[in-house]
Amino acid sequence: MMATARLAVLAAGPHVTLQDGGRPGFLRFGVPASGAMDRTALAMANVAVGNPPGATAIEVSPGGLTLALEGAPLRLALAGGGFIAEVSGTKYGSDTAFSLLPGQTLTLRPGPWGSWCVLAVAGRILAPEWLGSTATHAASGFGGGALTAGRVLKIQDPRPAPAAPFRFPCPVWARPRHVLHVTLGPQDHHFAPDTVETLLSTPFRLSRAFDRMGLRLDGPSLPPQGALSIPSEPVLRGSVQVSGDGVASILMADHQPTGGYPKIATLVSTDTDALAQLRPGDALRFVALSPEAALMRARRALAARAAFLTRLSAMIETV
Amino acid sequence: MTDAAFPRYTPVADHAVLVAFGDSITEAAHSAVLSLDAALAETPFSGITETVPAYVNLLVGFDPGVTDHAAVIAHLRALRPRAVRQTGTERLVDVCYDAPFAPDLSKVAARCGLSAEDVIAAHLAGDYRVYLYGFAPGYAYLAGTPAPIRLDRKPAPVRGVPAGSVIITGPQCIVTTLTMPTGWWVIGRSPTAILTGEAVRPFLFDVGDSVRFRRVPASAIRGP
Repeated sequence: MMATARLAVLAAGPHVTLQDGGRPGFLRFGVPASGAMDRTALAMANVAVGNPPGATAIEVSPGGLTLALEGAPLRLALAGGGFIAEVSGTKYGSDTAFSLLPGQTLTLRPGPWGSWCVLAVAGRILAPEWLGSTATHAASGFGGGALTAGRVLKIQDPRPAPAAPFRFPCPVWARPRHVLHVTLGPQDHHFAPDTVETLLSTPFRLSRAFDRMGLRLDGPSLPPQGALSIPSEPVLRGSVQVSGDGVASILMADHQPTGGYPKIATLVSTDTDALAQLRPGDALRFVALSPEAALMRARRALAARAAFLTRLSAMIETV
Repeated sequence: MTDAAFPRYTPVADHAVLVAFGDSITEAAHSAVLSLDAALAETPFSGITETVPAYVNLLVGFDPGVTDHAAVIAHLRALRPRAVRQTGTERLVDVCYDAPFAPDLSKVAARCGLSAEDVIAAHLAGDYRVYLYGFAPGYAYLAGTPAPIRLDRKPAPVRGVPAGSVIITGPQCIVTTLTMPTGWWVIGRSPTAILTGEAVRPFLFDVGDSVRFRRVPASAIRGP
């Protein structure tokens, strides 16, 4: 009989959920893709334990998480932000693969930077699927669901673990970043030219209103011009939408599917991971690109990520 | 579509194009959205990820590793939009208008100067069509609530309105799928699953479908 491993949740902060690569393609039915807030971190943690990049993993919020392992030894990896893992007095930072023995307890808490880290396990986390994905949609709880004290995750086919921890490099582009690239619009015409200029010339800060649906910004007012009644239209992860009182928010993984507020700008898709890792009070600045430049930026980022994951996979095999 | 400004193609970030057919909600603009959506379903381009129809525009998503805005816009311009039927498939939705499932029915009646039975009759007589999904998974926005029972939203949303609630405001109606706050008027409860739980057809409605409501007794509603 195959060894089975179980991770028992002893304590979990709010917003700790199972996530995977997400369920794209259902926005027309009101369903956002969800999936990890930091998709690069999900891929890195999974590859570091030999999983496919989009496999089911645990997304940990600043609320932290404590797990106890039962049944069989288990290899795990942590990526995203600068979180801290502690096992029997030994501390590991993000970007580390390490092993846990049955009876040991793992505690995760936020460290010097970052808002979300991903804990991947060498094996398959058994979890409910919705529309073909275990990604948890926060508002409904559909998908793999939240981790709360008392829940036990079963791990199918836990793979044998090397004993030594392995610290892998965090590439430059996955480190803290406060400059976010956008294209203007699609409703920038609902703002006066100097309001668009304000968006691009003034630093904003992340407010405390921050969850998987989106984040509200503190900063100068961006008053829309007579745009309070635009017909509801599709919004995206990365849409910078401005409410009637001029307050900007950026929509994230569990965003509402449509909205009637004007979108002054939209983040380049590969810049949303960096945004997800900012903390309330952190400064950020927007840089506008042409659609062509935005596309080239995304292609470069996707190529760099793919190359890094290939190297990481090779490093793991030689550990 | 005599307005030369439309259709308007707007590149969005690195992975989408928004096609607008107007700035305000009209039958013509929404029909054009559905026609383009149908044409794209029939003749997709390499790298298409999804399309999202709304009132006056269609969002077309693409994989930035496969194609680009200019190629997508060229493909869209070359499509001959397929004429879609003015009403899609007709879907039947059951509604119970009895207590305790219709907490706002008497308030709606009072505000409209009607009896509760008049409100029910008006709601059942409506000619509804699915315009878009919004707000949350499975929240299909139906337009077609008859004029005599059109009301503005409540001044403040009410929390914890159960899944399956039939809610109205203005010309709109939604059969909710989650327990969520709403400022709309709750006039009934439906046992019909909009999230069907079926792999092949997980959502009851497609955008463009027409919807008819049918009155059922309280015994048709299961659970709390």
